[in-house]
Amino acid sequence: MFSKYDIIVVGAGHAGCEAAAAAANLGSKVLLITMNMGTIAQMSCNPAMGGVAKGQIVREIDALGGYSGIISDKTTLQFRMLNRSKGPAMWSPRAQIDRMRFAEEWRLALEQTPNVDFWQDTVTGIKLKGDKVSGVITSLGIEIDAEAVVLTNGTFLNGIIHIGEKRFGGGRTGEKAATGITEQLVELGFEAGRMKTGTPPRVDGRTLDYSKMEEQWGDDERGRFSYTDVPLVEEQRCCWITYTNADVHETLKEGFEKSPMFTGRIKGLGPRYCPSIEDKINRFAERERHQIFVEPEGWNTVEIYVNGFSTSLPEDVQYKALTQIPGFENARMFRPGYAIEYDYFPPTQLDLTLETKLVKNLFFAGQINGTTGYEEAACQGFIAGVNAHQKIKDKHELILKRSESYIGVLIDDLVTKGTEEPYRMFTSRAEHRLLLRQDNADIRLSKMGYELGLITDDRMEKVGHKIKNSDEMVDLFKKESVEPDQVNGLLEELGTSTINQKTKLIQLLSRPQVGISDLRKALDSLDKNLGEYSAEEIEQAEIKVKYESYFEKELEIVEKMKKMEDREINPDFDYQTLVSLSKEAREKLVRIKPRTLGQASRISGVSPSDISVLMVHMTK
Amino acid sequence: MKVSTDTIVALATPGGSGAIGVIRLSGPEAIAITQQVFKGKDLSKQASHTIHFGTIRDGEQIIDEVLVSLFIAPRSYTRENVVEISTHGSAYIQEKVIKLLIQQGARAANPGEFTLRAFLNGQLDLSQAEAVADLIASHSQASHQLAIQQMRGGFSNQLKQLRDELIHFASMIELELDFAEEDVEFANRDDLKSLIYQINRVIRSLIDSFEQGNVLKNGVPVVIAGQPNVGKSTLLNSLLNEERAIVSDIAGTTRDTIEDEIVLNGINFRFIDTAGIRETQDVIEAKGVERTLDKMKLAKVIIYLFSPEQDQHQIEEQLIELEALKIPFIGLMNKTDLLTNQQNTMLKTWALLPISAQQKSGIEELKSNLIEKVNLANITTDGVMVSNIRHLEALQKTEEALNRVLLNLDSSVASDFLTSDIKQALHYLGEITGIVTTDDLLENIFSKFCIGK
Repeated sequence: MFSKYDIIVVGAGHAGCEAAAAAANLGSKVLLITMNMGTIAQMSCNPAMGGVAKGQIVREIDALGGYSGIISDKTTLQFRMLNRSKGPAMWSPRAQIDRMRFAEEWRLALEQTPNVDFWQDTVTGIKLKGDKVSGVITSLGIEIDAEAVVLTNGTFLNGIIHIGEKRFGGGRTGEKAATGITEQLVELGFEAGRMKTGTPPRVDGRTLDYSKMEEQWGDDERGRFSYTDVPLVEEQRCCWITYTNADVHETLKEGFEKSPMFTGRIKGLGPRYCPSIEDKINRFAERERHQIFVEPEGWNTVEIYVNGFSTSLPEDVQYKALTQIPGFENARMFRPGYAIEYDYFPPTQLDLTLETKLVKNLFFAGQINGTTGYEEAACQGFIAGVNAHQKIKDKHELILKRSESYIGVLIDDLVTKGTEEPYRMFTSRAEHRLLLRQDNADIRLSKMGYELGLITDDRMEKVGHKIKNSDEMVDLFKKESVEPDQVNGLLEELGTSTINQKTKLIQLLSRPQVGISDLRKALDSLDKNLGEYSAEEIEQAEIKVKYESYFEKELEIVEKMKKMEDREINPDFDYQTLVSLSKEAREKLVRIKPRTLGQASRISGVSPSDISVLMVHMTK
Repeated sequence: MKVSTDTIVALATPGGSGAIGVIRLSGPEAIAITQQVFKGKDLSKQASHTIHFGTIRDGEQIIDEVLVSLFIAPRSYTRENVVEISTHGSAYIQEKVIKLLIQQGARAANPGEFTLRAFLNGQLDLSQAEAVADLIASHSQASHQLAIQQMRGGFSNQLKQLRDELIHFASMIELELDFAEEDVEFANRDDLKSLIYQINRVIRSLIDSFEQGNVLKNGVPVVIAGQPNVGKSTLLNSLLNEERAIVSDIAGTTRDTIEDEIVLNGINFRFIDTAGIRETQDVIEAKGVERTLDKMKLAKVIIYLFSPEQDQHQIEEQLIELEALKIPFIGLMNKTDLLTNQQNTMLKTWALLPISAQQKSGIEELKSNLIEKVNLANITTDGVMVSNIRHLEALQKTEEALNRVLLNLDSSVASDFLTSDIKQALHYLGEITGIVTTDDLLENIFSKFCIGK
């Protein structure tokens, strides 16, 4: 019934979809197996993409030729650039998304991608030939062959859902869990662990009183995720903010004795940065209120996502507490919040390509690796899909560096250090975050996407223009001067000191108060000169003139670290014979098999002196 | 393969008081850095494998007369530019010179680092390399214990507290960056500043304690000064309570003396520049106070000798000069047998202690005077916290980085640009307290702030 596929992708969430699309676009024949074709690219939790650090990841995926950015732009309800008051490395795109349209767009995109086949079934195990994966086995008893397999099982592996004292198997509310894979992999020698996450209740938007809440609108001038010119949804929808109060907290506390969290029924570790509401009031008892974001789930649906109210308390307690929130007095609940426990595989068992070290041609991506978040999952899926293709076609691997992308930071962190709690990206995880900006993801990464064949000539040309034109503008600012009477009025207006002699534009632009658009208003010739450049190019030039010195300093650090960072370690390097290494370092190095000295230095338990010892022996 | 791009410095001879000490620098800037503190020939214009005489100076102050040997890359032990500075065998002087070199941009070398560089640059063979590896490894095991041993009194507690405060500070900034959308109140800039001031105060006191620690470890530097022929050398020998063969009036032999130390009440007193004292015995026309002024500035206590042969005017002039140095000094009137009655009555006015170095009278009074002068209260073991030059360097670098943060806070730089200096501060402090990771920051954020929608 099935011909032989190049690559089978198991699971059709954010990771699975990106993996399938990338591999298929590279030319592999891909089979995407999902338990339910109706839930492809389901946003299981909040209806939003991006955010601080996450938004940068979406842009990176887009710059490499993935789909998440395009699909987000097509289905945006509201767009905001977070952190505008900070430096440009902190600017982070975030969008509220129409959940149903997002899933639909993904499905349509995959359907339109040549080389992607679909099959609705549950994979219960992988097939092996020696130490190499050779296909999958499904719950219908079908064996399907492939050269490589990408597992993106999300929260489905032995998933258990908790609502109060009730517990039942499931991968998402209303959907079955998947069994068999964990057991087989553990038997093969994989180490598995348990994690926990949760989601808030959804309510009927028609039953809320928005007049009691604060409105939260998107940016007037909206930005985007994709570097392509995918048309943006111009209209935006409002979100609201409201707060819990002492009554809400009292009600929730009544349910604590039935909470699976506090009674110890949940064993998996949950993310500390995404705590349940019961966790918040328990750990931060001194706080009188907590913020609740009221987010629409789509353009046409009345369903509302109650962001900030993740809970696994009994549904009646959830309901009662909800109705004590201002604006929620008459709320009707559509779906209760719940917690879910699931299996993951500590990601130190992976190589930087996301291939498992134990089974060749088997790749893991997404929550199965202990991460959380759509963006984190999507980028892993993309990398796994690309590398699965490259591996079976005998082409070069795609490994991104920490100094060139958040994706590189994420995968290096996972593979090198592992994670105990669901891993989410933060900008602080990136040591060179000044360089990893949302404005330059295309400049950083498109060339790699282009070389793979995922970025078109047109797009590459656009990136070239952006670099060239922004440099041209910077040169212009360095060259051109203005007389005091040309700009002093403007400078006064902007609240910065006036000038008393001819001054170079670049000096004016280095002032925090002065922007290019301000100068254009005052200087007709400049306005004309810049007329031919796109807004994106002008923004790039502005970022360069204002922050170049910081970037240069950071680049110097990168350059300094490079010798160590890029120094490759022979994969067959025999650590066991190096008695000078500490015992812990030796064990970890054997297990993790770092590719470079830089990676080795980040393994916890490997000290600088262990690195010196390694260097000595590598020079042999 | 070149592994490092920086220039390292360390004492190459065993610590303590040998006859001479050799300070070695290796790295691209070795010669340039040395030149910054060296007065003599222009080292950058000298050939490899040459030796040059000159002085090491801290500003205008002469620290020591030295010989500088140049080894230009790749013709050196490490195959990098190497400079070896031969100083007099005084631990105090050596540390001072190393400190100066660090100020000029050198970095205190890690144990085994010269050898490691030699190996990595292809200068050593495999068996030597194995030895290096073992050395490094054994150091790593011993170093932590060593560090703990070096932490006396409140040092470790104070550092731990410092580290926590710095983590807190860094977390506050990271919180603003990564959790801008959260319902948490961000620290106001004034609070952050006052936190840095607090941290800096602690760092400062630790840095200052290095001086005291040094005194305990290396002894209180004492200079005996005075006009030629007032009996300095005799006094030295009386204090040391021994007649050394070295007092032989043969110029130059002093270079080979073992440093002169006495222990009084558990405190080491180290007489510096004893070579100079002896030299002046032969050189009658020495320029007196002026010549030894620089040396005296190195001292914690000055013993200044007068002789009844000097006229009253000269004595009073020199006393004024001494006062101006603002260094504790003990004025002595030697050769009491020659004292005139009039001079005798002046002793009290001048606050001079009468002694006879030859007959060893007044020596005990001098000793108790010495103990008094170093003001024991200031250098009891409890107060001493930093005694390791690498720790000192780390603290200084932490302080510098934090000062840059302050500067940026003052000019309202966006918080993401503050973080590279904060990271540096954490890094340098981490060299003493153990590395501070992003996970430490996040841990602090998650435990202190209610994060998460």
